[in-house]
Amino acid sequence: MSPELEQEIKQLASRYPVARGALLPALRLVQKEERSITREAVHRVAELLGLPPSEVVSAVTFYTLLRLPKVGKYLIQVCHTLSCELAGAEEVIEAISQKLHIRSGETTPDGKFTFLEVECLGACDMGPVMLINDQYYPNLTPDRAVEIIEGLG
Amino acid sequence: MEQVLLRNRNKPEVLKLEGYIKAGGYDGLKKALQMTPEEVVEEVKKSGLRGRGGAGFPTGIKWGFVPKDAETIYLCCNADESEPGTFKDRVLMENDPFQLVEGITIASYALKVRKAFLYIRAEFPRQIRILNEAISEAYEAGYLGRGVLGSAYSLDLILHPGAGAYICGEETGLVESIEGRRGWPRLKPPFPATKGVFDKPTIVNNVETLSCLPHIIERGAEWFASVGPQRSPGPKLFCLSGEVNNRDVFELPMGTNLREIIFDYGDGMMEGKQLKAVFPGGSSTPVLKAEETDVAMDFDSVKSAGSALGSAGIIVVSDRTCMVKVAYNLARFYADESCGQCTPCREGTYWLEQIFYRIEHGEGEPDDIDTLRDIFMNIFGNVICPLGDGAVMPLQSILDKFTEEFEEHIRKRRCPMRE
Repeated sequence: MSPELEQEIKQLASRYPVARGALLPALRLVQKEERSITREAVHRVAELLGLPPSEVVSAVTFYTLLRLPKVGKYLIQVCHTLSCELAGAEEVIEAISQKLHIRSGETTPDGKFTFLEVECLGACDMGPVMLINDQYYPNLTPDRAVEIIEGLG
Repeated sequence: MEQVLLRNRNKPEVLKLEGYIKAGGYDGLKKALQMTPEEVVEEVKKSGLRGRGGAGFPTGIKWGFVPKDAETIYLCCNADESEPGTFKDRVLMENDPFQLVEGITIASYALKVRKAFLYIRAEFPRQIRILNEAISEAYEAGYLGRGVLGSAYSLDLILHPGAGAYICGEETGLVESIEGRRGWPRLKPPFPATKGVFDKPTIVNNVETLSCLPHIIERGAEWFASVGPQRSPGPKLFCLSGEVNNRDVFELPMGTNLREIIFDYGDGMMEGKQLKAVFPGGSSTPVLKAEETDVAMDFDSVKSAGSALGSAGIIVVSDRTCMVKVAYNLARFYADESCGQCTPCREGTYWLEQIFYRIEHGEGEPDDIDTLRDIFMNIFGNVICPLGDGAVMPLQSILDKFTEEFEEHIRKRRCPMRE
């Protein structure tokens, strides 16, 4: 979120008797700048308005005209919980992040890949593991993960 | 030992009804339908079966809590397997879907349930596909639906995928989720057995628990009770992951020694690594130090050793891994998965994550250890569901048993393992 936008939201909030009154207009502003409301934006707006993030999500998911981010053609979910971490998930996550130039929660500009770090996927026997759409990829190494993503073309 | 629950593992032919029947499947249900529902309940009580989801509550006794005059009763199979280190239900579902469907049908018949739900986590797309196919086949062949196997008993089974939430594995969170709400656990009592899905009496049983039923009915309660220790009988699935050579699910008698599972079945520690710590029953159970691992894996023995059998998800940690990092990893999990309903858990898990993070990254202060203990005390026993306690138990035990690692991080202002 740009510093200008943050400033605009702060200003907006100051005009309301209680800051949370500015939630809907703030979300519309965010959406206008970023096309959708990302996880990061949810947290930032919550912070700016003194709300728990869950309240912001509640609003985003209630009103038809507010949009959560579009998910790319390939949704890459990599488990980072203990068993996978012990098997080397951190290096896999780093490799994917570098390959796609995005961090967890983001989508590549071409709309092709969305990358998420997630909690336990129930595949602790074959970690590190990732789920690309409906397909599990077990026993990953950084190279193997990059290779799989390259194979998706 | 003889494989019972996993007898059909890696036999693709049993994914089809015909193959399952050829392998001896559905004999249990056929026998159950010759009995009265009360006789089936009695048989399960006699077997001594204790719930495999984590709490180890006797299944037959749980069933007995349903009011006798109830008109509508629901059964929910809990297939929301999400406890870190646990993947036995996944293995059961992908290898032997009909065993589970048969178990659900037997339980439903015993409880006089006419509609059952199979609540499965949405992160198991392949297992959902496999179960969907099995359920359709069972309907077509008359093993589900109107007049099961030509009897007067009818059962409707709904496969209900979740939407990604650890908390929905808690039975009242699961009930809320089936009702289409956020999975916020309910205050108990009332327990689901008296007031569950849409306020009707509801029994929630785990996948492995229900998968035991065809065998208990077919081979008899005495047979089941004769496997393993008297107070926690039966064959049991153990999930082994972490820094061992052979990560897998093993079917062994209840009470198998933890070291035997790690060093024989798990083929020992990875090269160059020594055993340091074990979570014996999933990430929510207190950690055991290497010297505490000579323990029989049954509900009572693991409890006596100061931990819990839980979901039998054994996570093995080596001397090459930093326990502060392990604590941070788990704290992050619970902070992410806390549903946000109870303040002590919502705020407490958040601060646990923050503080473990800063200690691991060399920014910890000497006061932090007391602050952590204070947060543990404020969460434990002060929340609606077991998630908060489930976060405190492993984290507190890590802090208590590996205190010197935390002190060293704070003193040196860095992780000593990141040279």
